[in-house]
Amino acid sequence: MNIGVVVFPGSNCDHDCEHVFKDVLGQDVTMVWHRETSLAGLDAVILPGGFSYGDYLRTGAIARFSPVMQAVKQFAAGGGLVLGICNGFQILLEAGLLPGAMLRNKSLHFICRETYVKVENAATPFTSVCKSGQVLKIPIAHADGNYYTDPVTLAGLQANAQVIFRYCTADGKVTPEACPNGSLDNIAGIRNAEGNVLGMMPHPERCAETMLGTEDGRAIFQSMIVSSERKKLAGVR
Amino acid sequence: MKAKIHVTLKQGILDPQGKAIEHALDSLGFKNAANVRVGKYMELDLQQTDKSKAEIEVKQMCEKLLANTIIEEYRYELS
Repeated sequence: MNIGVVVFPGSNCDHDCEHVFKDVLGQDVTMVWHRETSLAGLDAVILPGGFSYGDYLRTGAIARFSPVMQAVKQFAAGGGLVLGICNGFQILLEAGLLPGAMLRNKSLHFICRETYVKVENAATPFTSVCKSGQVLKIPIAHADGNYYTDPVTLAGLQANAQVIFRYCTADGKVTPEACPNGSLDNIAGIRNAEGNVLGMMPHPERCAETMLGTEDGRAIFQSMIVSSERKKLAGVR
Repeated sequence: MKAKIHVTLKQGILDPQGKAIEHALDSLGFKNAANVRVGKYMELDLQQTDKSKAEIEVKQMCEKLLANTIIEEYRYELS
């Protein structure tokens, strides 16, 4: 699988994503500078975490005008897998590839710690190696992860099983106390209606090896690889 | 022409910064202060002398970039 990792000025989790895909999972990785206008030849694209454009104006607000984002939109429209992690999620929201917006964390603090998230939908290209209801331990690191959308959009997300991850307790209970940032409905990750674009605030690339405490994050990347291989097999037939 | 633009969180959306400031004001003894909202102020020069054209332009700027209308509202003055 050939994965593109987009590099914006201010991205800082780009090399972590590269490391996981290349060194841990043995895949090909192409670093894609934000001025690029084509994503040809890639099987999936990652918008990594960081502080693109210094988070000026709003998180993700300026990055969405980078030339590469036009290519990302086309790539997504063609059914390509797009994963936005943390700042990448914020960029997907600002670009309109996912619905909603991020507010400042309810506590006003930048929160950097382990969280538990429940896999609410395991029938996606990003979660297929998980079991539905499985609890993953994945860290967050953000100041603006308080997901918000209007009630109609939220009802649509819930009805279409687009809420993929919810913050929960270690034993999988989705409670207000388990939500670190004030997110509506404990939302930690959502996908688009078509199912090929996922945004998540937790950082799976920071926990894909046992030496880092947990390798739960690996499941997301492995699912993407499985999905890509399936696609290729289907194409051959 | 100069545009002065204010962007704030919509009414009804929790503004944690506003709340924190409200509590601080309260603890300083300003018991009459309520509903503190924090926002952004931007000003810019426009190379436009026609006020109605300037208004259209500023409105587009707000809609497309300066405010995220899912969570924020904006107002502006032109002078």
